[in-house]
Amino acid sequence: MNSQTFAKITVRVYLGLFIVYMLLPLAIMGGAGLNNTRFPSVYPWVGITDRWFIDLWNDQRMWGSIRNTTWVALAVVMISVPIGTAAAILLNSVKPKLRSVLYGFMVAPILTPGAVIGISTLLFWNSFGVSAGLYLSVLGQVSFVAAYVMLMVLARLQSFDPALEEAALDLGATHGQVIRRILVPHLYPAIIAGAVIAFFQSVENFNVTLFTRGNSDTLTVYVGSKIRSGITPTINALALLLIIVTVICAVIYEVLRRRAEKRAAALVAAED
Amino acid sequence: MQELIRRYGISLSVIMAAMTAFWLLALVVIPNLVLFKFSFRLYLPVDQLGGPNDVYTLKNYITFFDSPIHINVFFATIMYSSIVTIICLIVTYPIAYMLAKVLKPTDTATFFLVLLIPLWVSEILRSFAWFIILSAQGPLNAFLVGIGLIEKPIRWITGFQAVVVGLVYAYILFMLLPIYNAIQALDTNQIEASQDLGASTWRTHWRVVIPHSKPGIASGCVMVFMLCAGSVVVPSTLASTNSRWFTEIIQQWMFEGLDWNVGSAYAFLLLVLCIVFVSLVMRVLNVRLVDIAK
Amino acid sequence: MSEDVHLSQISMDFGSFRAVNNVEVTIKPGEFFSFLGPSGCGKTTILRLISGFMDPTEGAIKIGGKDMRGIRPNARPTALIFQNLALFPLMPIWENITFGLEVRGVPKAIRRAKAEELLQLVDLHDSADKRVSQLSGGQKQRVAIARALAVEPKVMLLDEPLSALDLKLRQHMRAELRAIQKRTGVTFIYITHDQGEALAMSDRVGVMSQGVLQQVATPQEIYNNPTNGFVASFVGENNVFTGRVKSVSDGIAVFDTPKGNFSAKLGQNVSVGDTSKLYVRPEFCTLHREADAKANSIAVEVSEIAFEGNFVNVFVKDHSGDTHMVQVQNDPAVPPPALQTSCQMVFNPASCMILAEANTGHSGH
Repeated sequence: MNSQTFAKITVRVYLGLFIVYMLLPLAIMGGAGLNNTRFPSVYPWVGITDRWFIDLWNDQRMWGSIRNTTWVALAVVMISVPIGTAAAILLNSVKPKLRSVLYGFMVAPILTPGAVIGISTLLFWNSFGVSAGLYLSVLGQVSFVAAYVMLMVLARLQSFDPALEEAALDLGATHGQVIRRILVPHLYPAIIAGAVIAFFQSVENFNVTLFTRGNSDTLTVYVGSKIRSGITPTINALALLLIIVTVICAVIYEVLRRRAEKRAAALVAAED
Repeated sequence: MQELIRRYGISLSVIMAAMTAFWLLALVVIPNLVLFKFSFRLYLPVDQLGGPNDVYTLKNYITFFDSPIHINVFFATIMYSSIVTIICLIVTYPIAYMLAKVLKPTDTATFFLVLLIPLWVSEILRSFAWFIILSAQGPLNAFLVGIGLIEKPIRWITGFQAVVVGLVYAYILFMLLPIYNAIQALDTNQIEASQDLGASTWRTHWRVVIPHSKPGIASGCVMVFMLCAGSVVVPSTLASTNSRWFTEIIQQWMFEGLDWNVGSAYAFLLLVLCIVFVSLVMRVLNVRLVDIAK
Repeated sequence: MSEDVHLSQISMDFGSFRAVNNVEVTIKPGEFFSFLGPSGCGKTTILRLISGFMDPTEGAIKIGGKDMRGIRPNARPTALIFQNLALFPLMPIWENITFGLEVRGVPKAIRRAKAEELLQLVDLHDSADKRVSQLSGGQKQRVAIARALAVEPKVMLLDEPLSALDLKLRQHMRAELRAIQKRTGVTFIYITHDQGEALAMSDRVGVMSQGVLQQVATPQEIYNNPTNGFVASFVGENNVFTGRVKSVSDGIAVFDTPKGNFSAKLGQNVSVGDTSKLYVRPEFCTLHREADAKANSIAVEVSEIAFEGNFVNVFVKDHSGDTHMVQVQNDPAVPPPALQTSCQMVFNPASCMILAEANTGHSGH
């Protein structure tokens, strides 16, 4: 064996181990949802059962939390996507000095711990008499989710030729028509991707929600409280379902993303 | 602003500026100022509001500095967050390099497709997975006993070891992705040129690849550290009584003590910690904020 | 169908930098007018002022007698063809062409018919449903023209639209543009730094330097009778001699240079006693064995010969070592003199001019 094949094998083994490290814990957790034991575990393997799924199905609190999560996530998408897009467009046409200041404020929420965002949102709206509840969770989540949307749209704006806007104006389009027919179609892939990211960021969010939710449950908060209060394999059943949903969504997203990327690449190639 | 109006007209400019202003003012800047203000006020019964005790004071912060336990927890949080950050960096740098420069692009794409699953599964489930693995009756102990490495199950969930394991697992991809992006943007010719000029593998990395991937490294370190220090889920799942996390103290003040003023003082300390860390990384690695947040 | 464009003493400042300085010109209806100048001379600024992306600091722009100040680009009777064409990549060709009609609320069926009609006009059949990325450079050019024509502009503004094309295609598109302009009768205002383009296509050319309009004239006039040294040297090649004007009679001056006295036409803003420059085109110079008493002569030696195809550039050195260029037609029967041949470079007083430097806008008038 020469040193090059050795290096090749080392690379494969290292990457393989990493994949196993990333996936095995999820498999173990999901597998425990199928095992017929009182405490969630894959070992010893007692036998496959569907009883944890049936327990889960009958848990009204779980259904309520799913409804809440969906509601919050949709609201976060509806608010953060327009805000993030507008902020990116604005950032793209202001002077460099103002741009870097605004940019700093815009990305700050990404670098702020969720607990801090949650508490500050709670205190701020409380001083207006708005008490904790899912509304506040939405606002708290928007504050950092909008930053992700902004970054994605801003990246897409880099490949936009401002001459297209001028051409449309010159041909008689109004400013509204320029945005609708020229700018937004160009930003579309980033806006869609931003919406998907926003939805998932919201669904997965725990920290901001924990401090702002009041008495309402979201799915992550529900799982969190279940883990604390007493563990049964219903959580693993739920985890298995969530992983399956995640895999499906991730694959769909990735397929769409690659298709858009291919189209963009074809456009760029044709430009030259 | 003139440029904006020229491109999109006055009314659309106003709408976009208003949306941005709402976000930055109502959702980002002012809430943090309110948090800051709150941390200097006292938690008082309703009838004392506006009374002689309703003043600005450092008492909430003194509460922290008077409590050796809380100071201990604060520094433990910093220390173990740093350890997690370093572990993530050491583990993922070679992976990022291999994915960006060694593997065929199609293999890399497949690799990331698989990684999407743990990336998109929520952090609470990722830490719960380790709770099951590390539990006394869990598969890890069963495996180790099975191959005869240990005689009886070990209690893993004690001290900070389980928290570190959980944090690494939960946030390692936030280190991998930015470093990968940075290395990928490096022209492969530069690596070949370095080797062609006689540099060893170590030297090529030290002088060419690492300097180029600095923004990615900075971004990864900041994200991982911030997520660790601010993590609520992982410590609440994997910590035990002898390993408390700073966010747990904050929760205690907010939910059990119901003293939001002390809570906001502690939250502000956490914010300061993160700001200091970001500035430190920017300083040490000599990168700009634009490079970190991408 | 078309309108005149009157630039009435317009100036444009960017901070302390004056990009356009007191430009006064009237472009006639249906005219093909070019602004010619090096990059940074202010010609693109003029185009953006006419199209309405900015308003001049001073002066007025009138189209068809109507002052355009404050009128936005979407309300002006102009259509601009961008340097990079700015075709909308996400729309098929026909939607690109009729975008200007779409935003005016014209129904789809009518737009589609109009698109087909315009595609005929620019010789692009069967391309209506193609994507921009499927077209070649020349085809994109035609689509851009069709798109601009669709809004039936009174004035068409073109910002170096041929600069991205290769040489062959560029020459072909020159003729094409000219033909389309004649067919439609629309006033064309064309911006270029390529003198060949400007001379070949335009009815009149305005040469610009440092924001100042140096000369407005027909291509022949610009080339044969430049008003100053900048125009002479920017448009075409020259042999230049520095010297002093000694005397003048009947418009012909005696010009005293270190290489001898030359007779030449005296240009504007030059008078007896001035130190100035004499310009003569290489194709107006000839090489002879003997000096010519009726013309200007200078003793030279052939130093280099460059064969260019239809003509030959002969480089000669005078006694003080300065190089001059003589351009002769390629004719195998009359080959140029061999290298190192000593001979006389001769040029006629009627074909050389003593000219002032460029007009910087600071002095004069």
